[in-house]
Amino acid sequence: MTARLTPEHFRQLLSQRIFILDGAMGTMIQQHCLEEADYRGSEFANWPSDVKGNNDLLVLTQPDLIADIHRQYLLAGADIVETNSFNATTIAMADYQMQGLSARINRESAALARKVCDEITALEPNKPRFVAGVLGPTNRTASISPDVNDPGFRNVSFDELVDAYTESTHALIAGGADIIMLETIFDTLNAKAAAFAVLKVFDEVGFKLPVMISGTITDASGRTLSGQTTEAFYHSLAHVEPVCFGLNCALGPDLLRPYVETLSGVSEAYVSVHPNAGLPNEFGEYDLGAVEMAAEIADWAKQGFLNIVGGCCGTTPEHIKAIADAVKDAPARQPKAPNHSFNLAGLEAFSLEW
Amino acid sequence: MRQQARFINVGERTNVTGSAKFKKLILNGDFEAALDVARQQVENGAQIIDINMDEAMLDSKAAMVRYLQLLASEPDISRVPIMVDSSKWEVIEAALKCIQGKAVVNSISLKEGEAPFLHQARLLRRYGAAVVVMAFDEKGQADTKARKVEICQRAYKLLTEQIGFPPEDIIFDPNIFAVATGIEEHNNYAVDFIEATREIKRLCPHAKISGGVSNVSFSFRGNDAVREAIHSVFLYHAVAAGMDMGIVNAGQLTVYDDIPELLKERVEDVILNRRDDATERLLEIAAQFKGDGSVAEKIDDAWRSLPVNKRLEHALVKGITDFIDIDTEEARQQAEKPLHVIEGPLMDGMNVVGDLFGEGKMFLPQVVKSARVMKKAVAYLQPYIELEKEGGRAQGKVLLATVKGDVHDIGKNIVGVVLQCNNFEVIDLGVMVPCAELLRVAKERDVDVIGLSGLITPSLDEMVHVAKEMTRLGFTQPLLIGGATTSKAHTAVKIEPNYANGVVYVPNASRSVSVVQSLITPDSKADYLSRIKNEYVVAREQHARSRPGEKLLSFAEAKANKFQLDLSKVAPAPKQPGVHLWQDVDLNLLRDYIDWTPFFLTWQLSGKYPAILNHAEVGMEARRVFKDANAILDSMINDGHVKGKAVFGLFPANSDGEDIVVYTDESRTTEKARLYNLRQQLQLRNNAPNCSLADFIAPVGSGVKDYIGGFAVSTGFGADEFAARFAAEHDDYNSIMVKALADRLAEALAEYLHLKVRREYWGYAADELLDNEQLIRELYQGIRPAPGYPACPEHTEKGTLWQLLDVEANTGIVLTESYAMWPGAAVSGWYFGHPDSKYFAVSKIDDDQLNDYAAKKGWSTDVAQSWLAPNLR
Repeated sequence: MTARLTPEHFRQLLSQRIFILDGAMGTMIQQHCLEEADYRGSEFANWPSDVKGNNDLLVLTQPDLIADIHRQYLLAGADIVETNSFNATTIAMADYQMQGLSARINRESAALARKVCDEITALEPNKPRFVAGVLGPTNRTASISPDVNDPGFRNVSFDELVDAYTESTHALIAGGADIIMLETIFDTLNAKAAAFAVLKVFDEVGFKLPVMISGTITDASGRTLSGQTTEAFYHSLAHVEPVCFGLNCALGPDLLRPYVETLSGVSEAYVSVHPNAGLPNEFGEYDLGAVEMAAEIADWAKQGFLNIVGGCCGTTPEHIKAIADAVKDAPARQPKAPNHSFNLAGLEAFSLEW
Repeated sequence: MRQQARFINVGERTNVTGSAKFKKLILNGDFEAALDVARQQVENGAQIIDINMDEAMLDSKAAMVRYLQLLASEPDISRVPIMVDSSKWEVIEAALKCIQGKAVVNSISLKEGEAPFLHQARLLRRYGAAVVVMAFDEKGQADTKARKVEICQRAYKLLTEQIGFPPEDIIFDPNIFAVATGIEEHNNYAVDFIEATREIKRLCPHAKISGGVSNVSFSFRGNDAVREAIHSVFLYHAVAAGMDMGIVNAGQLTVYDDIPELLKERVEDVILNRRDDATERLLEIAAQFKGDGSVAEKIDDAWRSLPVNKRLEHALVKGITDFIDIDTEEARQQAEKPLHVIEGPLMDGMNVVGDLFGEGKMFLPQVVKSARVMKKAVAYLQPYIELEKEGGRAQGKVLLATVKGDVHDIGKNIVGVVLQCNNFEVIDLGVMVPCAELLRVAKERDVDVIGLSGLITPSLDEMVHVAKEMTRLGFTQPLLIGGATTSKAHTAVKIEPNYANGVVYVPNASRSVSVVQSLITPDSKADYLSRIKNEYVVAREQHARSRPGEKLLSFAEAKANKFQLDLSKVAPAPKQPGVHLWQDVDLNLLRDYIDWTPFFLTWQLSGKYPAILNHAEVGMEARRVFKDANAILDSMINDGHVKGKAVFGLFPANSDGEDIVVYTDESRTTEKARLYNLRQQLQLRNNAPNCSLADFIAPVGSGVKDYIGGFAVSTGFGADEFAARFAAEHDDYNSIMVKALADRLAEALAEYLHLKVRREYWGYAADELLDNEQLIRELYQGIRPAPGYPACPEHTEKGTLWQLLDVEANTGIVLTESYAMWPGAAVSGWYFGHPDSKYFAVSKIDDDQLNDYAAKKGWSTDVAQSWLAPNLR
């Protein structure tokens, strides 16, 4: 393996061309129609609870299947693959009573992606491939009450989130992640806890990896689930000094466009986007084809909104290949120069005009 | 509005220290209505809301968290950013863990030195918050322009150069202080702020300036029209100089241009300190602009035809000195004795002043002027009083001090002036006065009354501490409590129960005269104190009824949730059981075990030893005092001025509920003593165990042989005498030094003895190898909790320890009535050897446990309540 990717080096690479992120993992797994026994493998044959649907567990029980999905995306043109660790925090794993496996799954998810990336990089040494270690949002929210009768109630605390994310981050780094990616953020407080953990882990290991942050605008209100606008979300996490700020999931490229434009207009970091393949139809499937999706994204690239682009729910290697082709010759967006403006945020951004 | 064009309004009403209404809602647990206060602020144009829960009667952290979590569900409020306002770091941190947006923290400062400042700033960055830095350093709060600029620039450099804090996220609060107080040194405070603002903005690119605007008009409280005009004028000039934001009542800002010309001119004279009589001239017209529309009084001489006592009253109220000698002379001729003039008409007049001030009808500068009139009258009478040979001596001695950690002294200085001109001798110790110092002087000077003042909320805890210390040290003088954050409720609930010889809350400066008078006159003192005591009983009852409070488990539930001891890890039998005595400890051995950090704190030098010796600001002073300390220490030890003794023992023991049974011998059949412990009764987070010290000892019937130790040490023998030698030569420095060092040696002896016990006498950690730094951080196995401290807060248990070890006969360390140890440089406690034993705080207990404990100790409920007062609700 080559030298560790530093934030500075990653910034330098991103200033040169648009990078391609992979597409959906869940959609690809679905196509294999795995059953309970496939999820369990031999190691968890006697696990006390059902584990079907625990996609992250597959890095232990079906590593070849996951490696193959990574490989398909890389061959389709992706520069960066995301680890299969979206739900691998202790908090999310508790649904399957597998919180004790959290570190192992995170580490293996990174090691698996690392192995495939190194394999493809060896075939094409002038185009290094990178592993983005994914920290998902967990299934709990630190700033929203799950109990309508008690708006002051919370089922997870900042400190509990920090503990869970600390464990995941250490494991992702140990497994060989080049980048740490906080994605599908629908409650900014969860992400602040994740970021707190990541910065702490960097202190503990004595080096920094590039960080990518990607939020989710849940609907046409233009806000995150916890109520923040795009700018408020950006200012609330700018202290992490991520290499890249972005948006993903929930919407297809058409509905996401105004928020990408907004983010691109304020971000002093590079900008990433990985939208869904449209909105799900009545069967929960995504219909937006690769060609249509690539057409919309080609225009974003032309407008100079983008540094990294890929796909979220419903996208496939076919989508990624189309997108990669569509943005191949487009220039990389240049981040806003730092202007030392004073910004705060509640649900909305507060910026000083002078 | 012109002055707001480049100005951010920070809403100030969601602040328990600034809004009586908000405070009441929070104390009553009415969070719904408290949210409405925030909503109104936002509706009125607040662009940020300042939230402050620093109130001594409140669990500030819990209230802050609850409020923020509820607020998160109110999008019309939570759309704006939050300013977390607290002087307590733990409250700030808890708040940031509840805020998804980018907040501002108000505030941190260099008060405790660079290391904690940078540590906090680093964490704030990690939480993603902007920060208000107060112009406050190790030496105190900045008042002049030069100090404000110096501190802010230093903080800026530290933040931007050492930890890369973004300069745009730094907001300086260079301290807005009250002007027009009648005290000359305060006249330039607004100018200092404005000028400092200009300079800081120039020297610290991208940094912002903020401040608490309402402070500036503090002397005019009660006259909102004038206050608003002062705020507008102040902001007009401060914003022009670069002030970016301020904490204001967003619904209440007059437009600069709408201020009537006359008022604007005179306010501007005050703010810009343009003429020496600016305060007087503003006072002259202030009443014209009072909100109730009352007009200015006509200046006339009609009062000159009143009877003399009324004329004196008028002169006092109006602050007129022109006729004071003539009127005082006339009163003297009418009076039987000159002293009666003071006790009669002059005192009556001052009482009127006091009442008017109390009702908000007179302002601070006017009271100071009244005091001046009084002083003149007393000075006129003085020769006559001395002639009668009954005066000459002050009526009584009053000691005043602003407590440790607090620098605010306007109110206290006023009290001093007012008392002095009422012929009391005032000993004013100034600001940031440590408790020990205050009580030392009180004792030395044999004062009649002790008055404590404080403005910031942490001072309230310090006042409670002083009251406890007065009890411990057997004081008899009444204690007066005053200052902006003090209250009758807090005094009644938290302070008065800790001191039996009179605690009186004094709501304002001029009231202090009648209070002190009542306390010094032998005839009235007892009646007055019993009346106050009754008032406070009522206040406490009201408070208890109004308080939602923390949740206490029943004693039975708490017992069921005890700490589960791992019996496989119980420490082995002691190698040398029984009682041991060290008659004359080699004090040179202890020098390596001294924890110097608290020693420097005694001298108000804050910083960790040894880093403090090279500290940029206090390093030189620290080195000097350290050198002096070592010289005195040489003399103390080598010339044999002080002696150290220790007694300790290790005994077979098992626990029985909350009791620890100590046996006479290994057969474990005969009880030698029974140690009574309390159990935590508060419902703890995550249902953590409700601990009792007994939980760390294997229970009776477990079949496991367990042990407990006890110890008492002192290095204070001879220390008082040695210190007195210096005091007799008026060398307070070395006198304090001797006592401070004796204390340090006692702590060092306790540390050293514990180490010997672990390694040799008990021997469960024979291989332990820790350096002094690790010892200070308690990285060893086992604990040594002391009776009177949080894990075993009930002091009389020291009596059992004394019996077990026969401490008095063996060492000469005696217990006072209140179970304080003499000599003062002494430490005692219990040894627990189990690796899972830990320090904890018993905190609040309920009546069921109180009754259980009283029954075990053979006490009446009353006696139990008095010893356990701090642990009762």
